[in-house]
Order: sequence, then structure tokens, then C-alpha cells
Amino acid sequence: MPKISRKTIMIVLLYVGVVAITPLFSKAPFYRHVLIMVGMYGLLGVAWNIMGGYTGLYSFGQSAFFGIGAYTSTMMLVKGGFSPWIGMLCGGILAAIVAAGMAYPTSRLRGPYFTIASQAFARTFQILMTNWDYVEGAIGIPLPLMPDTWRFMQFKDKIPYHIIIFSLLGIAILVCYYIERSRTGYYFRAIRDSEQVASALGINTVRQRIIATMLSAFFTAIAGTFYSQYVLYIDPESVTHHALSVEIVMVAAVGGAGTIWGPVLGAAILMPISQYARAALGGAGRGIDLIIYGVIIMVIALVRPTGILGFFQRERTIEGEGGDDIGTTVTADTGADDAVRGSLGQQ
Amino acid sequence: MRFGGLLANNDVTFDIYPGEIVGLIGPNGAGKTTLFNCISGFLRPTAGTVLFKGENITGLKPHQICHRGLARTFQITQPLRDMTVLENVMVGTFCRYPLTSQARAKAIEILKMTGMWAKRHQKGSELTIPDRKRLEIARALGTEPDLLILDEAMAGLNPAEIHEAVELVKTIQAQGITLFIIEHVMEAIMPIADRIVVLDAGRLIAEGPPSEIVHNERVIEAYLGEGRHVKRKEHTS
Ligand SMILES: Nc1ncnc2c1ncn2[C@@H]1O[C@H](COP(=O)(O)OP(=O)(O)OP(=O)(O)O)[C@@H](O)[C@H]1O
Ligand SMILES: [Mg+2]
Repeated sequence: MPKISRKTIMIVLLYVGVVAITPLFSKAPFYRHVLIMVGMYGLLGVAWNIMGGYTGLYSFGQSAFFGIGAYTSTMMLVKGGFSPWIGMLCGGILAAIVAAGMAYPTSRLRGPYFTIASQAFARTFQILMTNWDYVEGAIGIPLPLMPDTWRFMQFKDKIPYHIIIFSLLGIAILVCYYIERSRTGYYFRAIRDSEQVASALGINTVRQRIIATMLSAFFTAIAGTFYSQYVLYIDPESVTHHALSVEIVMVAAVGGAGTIWGPVLGAAILMPISQYARAALGGAGRGIDLIIYGVIIMVIALVRPTGILGFFQRERTIEGEGGDDIGTTVTADTGADDAVRGSLGQQ
Repeated sequence: MRFGGLLANNDVTFDIYPGEIVGLIGPNGAGKTTLFNCISGFLRPTAGTVLFKGENITGLKPHQICHRGLARTFQITQPLRDMTVLENVMVGTFCRYPLTSQARAKAIEILKMTGMWAKRHQKGSELTIPDRKRLEIARALGTEPDLLILDEAMAGLNPAEIHEAVELVKTIQAQGITLFIIEHVMEAIMPIADRIVVLDAGRLIAEGPPSEIVHNERVIEAYLGEGRHVKRKEHTS
């Protein structure tokens, strides 16, 4: 186990402090709603980052995983009376399984081709949910009202939601910290740079891509369950729409893909803008906030293509100073028994 | 190996024995890199077999072949651009050491051996051509191969750098690693190779110790006869 550094403790305390203090600035429900959206999109951005930021799988299909999370817990609650906490876990696992089913056949696709495939996957999923009677199709499902309890994750007040979403986000960030420092993180980044090199160095790129997609899908689905418990009504339009996938990418890209805090920062910048734009412009807001997004993206792409966090972290790499004191005893213990015998050709 | 109507490797059979340094030479387009791709799993040969340590590895995936102890470098160097030199080598050492601390320790060892230690914090994208070549070797060494195959690790280097590279190859051999080296730089490969294999237009035209190869009629005709010019190709990336 890696020892916990003072810096890590400071970051954790700072995170808890900021999360605890921010809702106290105003009692206005809308203000607190915006904070919750920051947490939720932060979680979605961090989840996307595992695929897009580390592994170079620029997914535009996260809405499918979100939808799986939302529908799984909701159906389990409506049909079976299961606690959404159990539903959340099941939704996450189900999304991870579906993600593996998506990642395997697309494992030969790179860059924009993967992006297109992920988008096609999510759009197919939306059509499926819209036409599936068992989940009420396009009509959607209102969640049955339960008493104000933690067991059914339903609260009249916004504070419990605030605590839940930022706890989930905190867990996702911790997982990313761990990934970055482990072999998996190195493998993800190697694949992003060059799958050819990665495979030459013994990395099973297909397996690593599937792992990244499953992890990403898991956390995205968890956000989906949270959303359905928060809004208490889901339909394909709200939880499987393509615009959601785009927003998730933007959150990560604006804040800085490939960094732990980038997506959180991106959510903290974009969510207030989009939420206030939506509120101010009513039903027409959904389009407007995307236009505003577009302008922001263009500016950032021109000024700082690596995202805003790039301003502060110019030379960011995982490895800091290596220990110079490690000895250099080279052990020569190898010896091919038979080495290579090549016989190729004869057409 | 056939690409459409082109037979890039045709009836190529030879052996490499443990501890040897074997050179692979041949004019441009002779099929040397293609042969490497077949051996290392990047291409599936249309016919023929590759045996490694007595086992048939034909058709295995590159990562499986790497785990069996056969590592390669790329003719067109491919540093992992967003990762530092140390991180690049760690991607290799993780192959045998799953824990980050162990992988780092092993990578540091290799960086010191290959003379890349001073540049450990440089990003892959910032390296010069000689350093990229070196990094290719260091990274492959990280996977602890029994057989290391180098695709033109010395092309584009100046005489001093070639000398360093030759020394590095000798150091690697001294560790018990077998080497199979594609090289256009004759002055570099001839003195260190135990044997030379010559390809021309996809066919194996000669095989033997360097002293014999330089006097071989067919080789002189196909390759050295071109005015014995040493091809130093430009590498753009
Ligand atoms: N993937 C491919 N598809 C089709 N043809 C290919 C492919 N790879 C190589 N070739 C062709 O096969 C022949 C052998 O190429 P190869 O790269 O193996 O030569 P080489 O001996 O490594 O040459 P060089 O000294 O220039 O590196 C060339 O004619 C090349 O154009
Ligand atoms: Mg070649």
C-alpha cells in the first residue's frame, strides 16, 4: 500500500471543506440545485475522463450508460420495491457489462471512428428505450414518492442530495488517483499515445480498453441513478439524449482532459452557465446553453487546447523525481533456450 | 508474407541461437521490417512458421509474444509522446513487475544502463533522434526479453553516436540477451555480428559470418555492389 502523503490529506480536507461550505452561502434552492449539478456533471466528467482523458477513447455515447443507471434503479424500485442504493450498484454493474459488450467489437476502432461508433451505440440505445413498452417508452416513468428517508434516497431538502453526489464524486476521484499511480493508469496512457507501442510492450490493448470503458460506464450509471432519484421522473429524452453525451465531453474538455481535477473544474464553470441560461430562457434554454458551450469551446480550443487546467499545470506528468539512491545492480539471468527459428514465406 | 501481388518475404528460413548477435541486411524494400513484423506478431504470415524457444509463436498477438520474451523496437521511432522517458520505460517494465515501485526501480536500472538517466524527466515528444532510438531500446529492454530485435537502431546517427550504440548492444549481449539487428550501417553491424542474414527482394540470398558475407558474390551484386554506399535514411518522426 502506498503511504498517504501530507499533500493527499490536505487535498481531501480541502475537498470536504469546500463541499461542506458552498451550500451555506445561499438558501436559495436554485443555487443549491446548481451545486448539485456541478457535482453530478463533475462525476460524469471524471468518468468520461477514464476513457477519453487517459485511454484516448473519445466516447460520445455516455448517455447510454447514464440511461442504464437511471432505468435499472428506477425499474427495480417501481417493480420490485428495491432500494435505489441497491439499484445504483446493479445499474453500475449492468452498465459495465453492456460497456464490455460495446468495447469489444469496437476495439479495433481508433480516434474519430471510435467516437462515431460510441455515438451510434448510444443513439440506438435511446431508440430502444423510446420504443420499449415495459419501461413505458417515450411516456417515461415517475418515481413513486417515498417518505423522506435515506433508504429510498428521496429528500425534500437539497442538502442530502448535495452530500450524496459529492461523496460519489469524491470516491470517483480517489479511484482516479489510484488508477493514475498504478500499472493500469500507465497502460491507459500508453494506449492513448500509441496502441502499436503498447502491444509491443506486452499490453493487451483490447483488454485495457474494455477495462477503461467498464470503469467509465460504472460511474456514469451511478450518476444516472442519482439523477433519477433527484428529479424523480425519467424518460428517454432526459436520461438517454445525445445532448447529454456532448455536455459530458465538454465538461471534461473545457476543464482539461487527462487530469484528475479538470473535469470537476469544467463542471464548476459550465454548470452555472448552462443552468442559469436554461432558467433564464425557459424551455428554449436547452439549445441556448449548447450555443454558449460552443462559443466557450472555440475560445478554449484556440487559447489552450489542453483545457483550462493546462494553464496551471504546464509540465504535468505522473512521475515526479525518481529516487536517485536506487542501486544499479543489473542481474543477467536470462538466456533463451532455443531462440528463434524463422521460416516464413513460400508465398 | 504476401501483400496482394507482392511477396515481401518468400521462403525465408534461418535460425538464431542463444547469445548470438545476428545482423539482417538488405537493400531498401527487401522485406526486413516485414520479417520483423511477422516474428513479433504485428503481421500474420500468409505461410510459414515462427518458432521461439522451441514453441510455435506464429499468429500470436504482439503482447503475447512480448510476454514470452521477445521484444522489438520500431524503425520509425515511436516514443510515447505525453509520457516522460522514465514513464516510457516503466510501461515496459510493468510487463514483469506489476507494482509501480518495482517497475520504477527496474526502469531506473535500465535508464542508467542505457545512458538515458539524465533525460528521465523529458517528455517523449521532446527527444532528439538519437535519444528516441535509445529510448526504443530501453523500453524494449524493460520487458526483460531473451531475444531483442532492433530495426535500424543506428540509422541517422553520427559516428560518435553509432559508437555509443554499438557499445550498448555489446552491453546488452553481455547480459545474456540474444540480438537480431536490422542495420544499414555496415561499419556498425559487421564488427559485432556473429552472423549476417541477407535479404533481397523478399528472398534470403545469403547467410554466414560477416567475413564471408562481404565476399559473397550475390550479396555484392544485390547490395554492396550498388557502390557500397551506406544508406542513412532520414527519419521524420
Ligand atoms: N503493410 C504493407 N502493405 C503492403 N505492402 C507493404 C506493407 N509493408 C511493407 N510493404 C512492402 O513490402 C516491401 C518490403 O518492405 P519492408 O518495409 O519490409 O522493407 P525493408 O527491408 O524494411 O526496407 P527499408 O530498408 O526501407 O526499411 C516493400 O515493397 C514495401 O512497400
Ligand atoms: Mg525497414
